[in-house]
Amino acid sequence: MKKIRVKMADLNIGEVDDVLITSGLGSCVGIALYDSRTKIGGLAHIMLPEVPTNRKSKNPAKYADTSIELLLKKLRQKGANFRRLVAKIAGGAHMFKFDNSNPQMQIGARNIEAVKKILKEKNIRLLAEDVGKNYGRTMEFYLENGEVLIKTVKGEDRVL
Amino acid sequence: MNNEQININELSSIQLDALKEIANIGAGNAATAFSQLLEQRIDMSVPEANILPLSEVPEILGGAETLIAGILVKVAGDAPGKILFALEEKSAEKLTNMLLDEKLELDLKSKTDQIQDSTLEEIGNILTNSYLNALSRMTDFSLLPSVPALAYDMAGAILEVTFLQAGHIGDYALVVETEFLDGDEGIQGHFFFIPTPESLQKILDKLGVGKI
Repeated sequence: MKKIRVKMADLNIGEVDDVLITSGLGSCVGIALYDSRTKIGGLAHIMLPEVPTNRKSKNPAKYADTSIELLLKKLRQKGANFRRLVAKIAGGAHMFKFDNSNPQMQIGARNIEAVKKILKEKNIRLLAEDVGKNYGRTMEFYLENGEVLIKTVKGEDRVL
Repeated sequence: MNNEQININELSSIQLDALKEIANIGAGNAATAFSQLLEQRIDMSVPEANILPLSEVPEILGGAETLIAGILVKVAGDAPGKILFALEEKSAEKLTNMLLDEKLELDLKSKTDQIQDSTLEEIGNILTNSYLNALSRMTDFSLLPSVPALAYDMAGAILEVTFLQAGHIGDYALVVETEFLDGDEGIQGHFFFIPTPESLQKILDKLGVGKI
């Protein structure tokens, strides 16, 4: 079993009995994509919904749109079948409560919305999610069976 | 966004030194307030000003999963930004006990005591105000702190939200950090000053190192 760490604004893929791990998701969203037949999967830790129109990004893994695109490309190269891919997502929390918090300004909610929209456009079925609220999450993605373990400091672990 | 906006990963060593000096004076003022509050000596580290890839930011407090108490204050006014005061679990517990003069177990995992929350928020308030006062005097900028917001959680989750704005602009973050230490009690706190890119330019201009 190989543990593969995915840092913020990064992504990675693995196979068979690898575990992909991303720690401390706050307003960021973790996206796990899985092909159960080949047991190939990928995990991305995105920070922002989309690449701003006025600038070129040097790091596609930072934004939901370019990150999912890149993850799909890597999964295809590895031999995953697009029609079998399913998704599980976690994160998008609202960590600090300020009185004047405007929902439109909440980056966590915007990240979740963007990820869901892109998955829909790509015809990737969203199997499970653990999103929103006000706490951080760690995702452990087991490629042996596609299970995603969600760890928090506030409650019990949860399996997606 | 104007073209003159500073590029964080191109800050010169002179500019970083100027930021350390600001942190030194601001945190010095905060350390004095902290000492008075605790009625004992508080030491302060030499401030650091580092430019880090975004992906490294969640790791700076002992790993993304380290449990911390984070007190975040938003700064409005002439040079907006944020200030984060972060304490590891044990330090947060010792600090609240010292101030409340009683032994309460601080279990960050469960629901914490209201009074502990308020105590930590108040500490954040006092430290931030002292820091900003020093910064205001130095720059003549009017700097207005918000009410503090508190979160107990994984360091990674708190830091990524705190430094999020750097992600809008580029792939690097400027991390200006000072540590507070109370050797006797083993309390360790981390203080971060996070100006917006526009504020960063204004502050550097004001200090006469805007173009170096």
